[in-house]
Amino acid sequence: MTDLNTLESDVLAQVAGAADLQALDAVRVAAVGKTGSISGLLKTLGAMSPEERKDRGAAINALRDKVATAITERKAALETAELDARLASETLDLSLPAPHRRKGSVHPTMQTMDEVIAIFAEMGFAVAEGPDIEDDFHNFTALNFPEKHPAREMHDTFFFNTKETGERMLLRTHTSPVQVRTMVSQKPPIRIIAPGRTYRVDNDATHTPVFHQVEGLVIDKAIHMGHLKWTLETFLARFFETDAVTTQFRPHHFPFTEPSAEMDVQCDRSGGEIKIGQGTSWLEILGCGMVHPNVLRACGIDPDEYQGFAFGMGVDRLGMLKYGMPDLRDMWSSDVRWLSHYGFSAFAAPNPASGLS
Amino acid sequence: MKFTLSWLKDHLETTATVPEIVAAMTMAGLEVEHVIDPATKLAPFTVCKIVEAARHPNADRLQVCQVDTVDGRKEIVCGAPNARPGLTTIYAPIGAYVPGLDVTLVEKPVRGVVSNGMLCSAAELEYATESDGIMELPDALPVGTSAVDALGLEAVIDFEVTPNRPDWLGVVGIARDLAAAGVGKLKDVSIAPIAGTFDSPITVTVDGEACPVFAGRFIRGVKNGSSPKWLQDRLTAIGLRPINALVDITNLISYDRARPLHVYDAAKLSGGVISTRLGRHGVNGDEHLIALDGKTYELTPEMCVIADAEGERPIGLGGVMGGESTGCSDETTDVFVESAWFEPIRIAQTGRATGIASDAQYRFARTVDTGSVVPGIELATKLILELCGGEPSNIVVAGEAPAAPGAILFDPAYVGQLSGLEIEPERSLAILRDLGFTVEPPKDVSATAFVTHAESLVCVTPPTFRRDVDGKADLVEEVARIAGYGALPSTPLPEAARAVGGILTAKQARARTARRALAAAGYAEAVTFSFTSGKTAQLFGGGQPELMLANPIAAELDCMRPSLLPNLIDAAGRNARRGFPDAALFEVGPTFHGDRPNDQRTVVAAILAPKAPRGWDKAAQGDVFTVKADLLALLEELGAPVASLQTAQGSASSWWHPGRSARLQLGPKAVMAEFGEIHPAVLKALDVAGPVYGFEITLEAIPEPKKKAVKTKPAFSPSVLMPLTRDFAFVVEKSKAAGDLVKAAAGADKALITAARVFDVYEGPGVPEGFKSVALEVVVQPRDATLTDAEIEALSAKVVAAAEKAGGKLRS
Repeated sequence: MTDLNTLESDVLAQVAGAADLQALDAVRVAAVGKTGSISGLLKTLGAMSPEERKDRGAAINALRDKVATAITERKAALETAELDARLASETLDLSLPAPHRRKGSVHPTMQTMDEVIAIFAEMGFAVAEGPDIEDDFHNFTALNFPEKHPAREMHDTFFFNTKETGERMLLRTHTSPVQVRTMVSQKPPIRIIAPGRTYRVDNDATHTPVFHQVEGLVIDKAIHMGHLKWTLETFLARFFETDAVTTQFRPHHFPFTEPSAEMDVQCDRSGGEIKIGQGTSWLEILGCGMVHPNVLRACGIDPDEYQGFAFGMGVDRLGMLKYGMPDLRDMWSSDVRWLSHYGFSAFAAPNPASGLS
Repeated sequence: MKFTLSWLKDHLETTATVPEIVAAMTMAGLEVEHVIDPATKLAPFTVCKIVEAARHPNADRLQVCQVDTVDGRKEIVCGAPNARPGLTTIYAPIGAYVPGLDVTLVEKPVRGVVSNGMLCSAAELEYATESDGIMELPDALPVGTSAVDALGLEAVIDFEVTPNRPDWLGVVGIARDLAAAGVGKLKDVSIAPIAGTFDSPITVTVDGEACPVFAGRFIRGVKNGSSPKWLQDRLTAIGLRPINALVDITNLISYDRARPLHVYDAAKLSGGVISTRLGRHGVNGDEHLIALDGKTYELTPEMCVIADAEGERPIGLGGVMGGESTGCSDETTDVFVESAWFEPIRIAQTGRATGIASDAQYRFARTVDTGSVVPGIELATKLILELCGGEPSNIVVAGEAPAAPGAILFDPAYVGQLSGLEIEPERSLAILRDLGFTVEPPKDVSATAFVTHAESLVCVTPPTFRRDVDGKADLVEEVARIAGYGALPSTPLPEAARAVGGILTAKQARARTARRALAAAGYAEAVTFSFTSGKTAQLFGGGQPELMLANPIAAELDCMRPSLLPNLIDAAGRNARRGFPDAALFEVGPTFHGDRPNDQRTVVAAILAPKAPRGWDKAAQGDVFTVKADLLALLEELGAPVASLQTAQGSASSWWHPGRSARLQLGPKAVMAEFGEIHPAVLKALDVAGPVYGFEITLEAIPEPKKKAVKTKPAFSPSVLMPLTRDFAFVVEKSKAAGDLVKAAAGADKALITAARVFDVYEGPGVPEGFKSVALEVVVQPRDATLTDAEIEALSAKVVAAAEKAGGKLRS
């Protein structure tokens, strides 16, 4: 039996010594291949006596199994080593930057607009729109601006050239023409906001010739100033996302409302920036009032049957106050650095579950 | 409008302080802009007395004074020639800020002598614009009296007068509102008539058009000159320059009663009649007037002219400014006082046309009290007699003032109905009375019989100075603002039924989706003006005459934009010039194609100026196919029928690169979008370096989604059979659109072919000159059973045949 022992240690040594899969395969063929050393021994069994075969056979088969196991194990080890070597060669420097991807953003004015719309949508307001190029009737006359009255001058209106018919179109100075168009075309009850671009001949640190407004209009049989006050207080608290918003109503004058008011919000102006929800200063934030009976009449609504309120505010300015943008003009400059700094994520769309922004 | 507390107290009995007055004004609707309080500015300055004044040892023009001050005896160096022992003047201690010099005093030697403070001139205190020595004050003033008290300075309140309240342009009007608001008690502001002693030698006429009513009075034997100190102080406190007693009196009444007047030097008038008429076009152009400001104005037929010499010589621009030729001087002895009423609109227009913004013009343009014509003369007479002496004539009046405001039938309960205020009817009516309204029982009850609460109705008549009030809502405002808006309730809006499916219209929702989708795709949202220049507009198909502004703020902003692209391209150029050339910008906003409401479009436009910093990976920066991909993805998000869209190459507008642009359309008349590379000539005109790619979608062109009763989607039924692919290469003319080939292949068997994709486009050896090879992968989805080889062969033949029809030949 020493020959088997010798063969076993020989073959196992060769298996262990195989440097790669190819060498291992050569060892396998030489040992258990068709003409391999162990296969050759198995072929000799047929010529043996039954007793001899019984002993010798078991020994040879055991040898064959042992060698086969050794080869399998060695093969697995060699494969692992080979994979490790390949992976090592495939190393990438992951500190290198990923491909450039542009980062988009939503403009803060439009984010603000979406927020305002979301809040009023919750209160049951629909969104009405109208053209930016308007006529005198919708922008002034129907809104109780007397012809040639100084109040018209105060609006610093952009005009187009007078036509042969005498008609002169203009750029709306507020979104109130949308209120007029709504009242003319729709029966009360009415509950709308009118967001959009508005225009005044004005261009300085605190005015741009184009700006955004949101106006609101509620007409029904028993709407009074208390409803107006609640609506605006509620809006401002929700918009600034703080319970600490304090507001005050002050009498004012607008041709299209009676009584008219301005609303101030309490703020802190120390340190050069305005902080809402603290401090002792007041900041005028919007104009409002009960729709003037002449306006209702001009729109075909009987002021003895219906009454309601209207309000208007500057969206750009609301955004500046909430998000701390210092200069109104920057909002129109399309400076990519500014857009990236003050812009909002595409996924910051206001919703009641996750908040406004 | 400016006034001082002491002036207010002429008409209002009150103990309120300036801050209390300001707060009450604000809450009553008189919006205070600012309060200029000299007490703050002049706090360190006090009265002192010079005890000794000796020649400075080292300077001839300086004196070393021993001064008794609030801080004790001080040695002060002074250069004023009038510094002398016994003089009472103003002392500024070390550390005081001297406003007129803009310096803070520090202790330092003046030519070797330390000055322990400073003796001040009027200019140094900003009490006068110039002065030639230190102040000389009455000796009775004790040392230590504050400069503010010594000079009689007080806070000036400046507030915004809303156009509806011209009565607030007089201090009496302010006092009346404050009294109603409970700040004090209104004193008797009535004006007693003064009888004339002779008939006026000058008469007046009106033509009924230029001026409705004109009144006057002759006062003879006056002595003009400087007005007394109280009057000068009152005027200078609010920034007016004292001129002479007669002029100062009219200015005082203008600010006290909101009643402008004019005083003529009667000796300079020609003829015995002053007439009012419209300006005249003469043969040599319009008439002229040299006004009191020394300037010459053309008098047009829209203006009201005051004339003498039988109407021939203009002597004033009615309600705006008097003429130089008939103005008063110190030599004036006989005067004619004018008190008239002019149409606000005419005066407003005259002010605009002439550029004159006088106190009179400002008041007449905003409507002067129609009841103040004669009382104005009476008050002027009283003051002229007091200050200048003289003897008044009887008053002459021509024409008639506009009728007083009519009565308003009013139910006090309406206050609560409109404002929500809980307020007793009696309190409401008391407020109205306090404001000068007359409250009476209804005159004609039968006319009101149909009203349910007829018994509570009253007749409220506004005073003549409140022509802004002409309805019951106006009365509610009066009550509410005086009762205080702080008392308004906060009443929740009644719940309103919510719109099913959100409140936004399809277009509004799409604009919102577009914004979020493009931001997610890497574009930054810009918001740009609705304007561009007419020249640029023409490059983008706009610039129509009806879209050119008559009064633009700048020449490059004189036209409504026909497209969002020029502003975005311009923005890219500006960013590049600042060193940030890589721009991916978009805007959602209006474009203008005419001046009718339907000519406005809501447009989504994006541009890509791909100039990202170099990357080690050499990744593509983006090109026209990037914007095509972003455009199609966006259209898909917006619910556009993307599968049915035709890509009409070469038909896009002229501002696109003709070979690298296309329209996406449902048909030639249903163009949804254009995209491509911007035409290099357009970029050059806008001075922007290319290439710039972009697209523009018209939201109105996307069909509205079909409204469905329920939101369920069609059932999901995937095929159980494996899809298979077959590759084809077709040779087509180079000018042929690959898209047509794809469409043809995909349409070869609509039941089985689910997609056809281009995976290679090749030109070069093996493909004839002028042709290209387009390789397609066709995806086949068996429906009922696996396809046999023969069936696949047949299908392939169909694809080849369809491609051939489209001009493609199978590449062998």
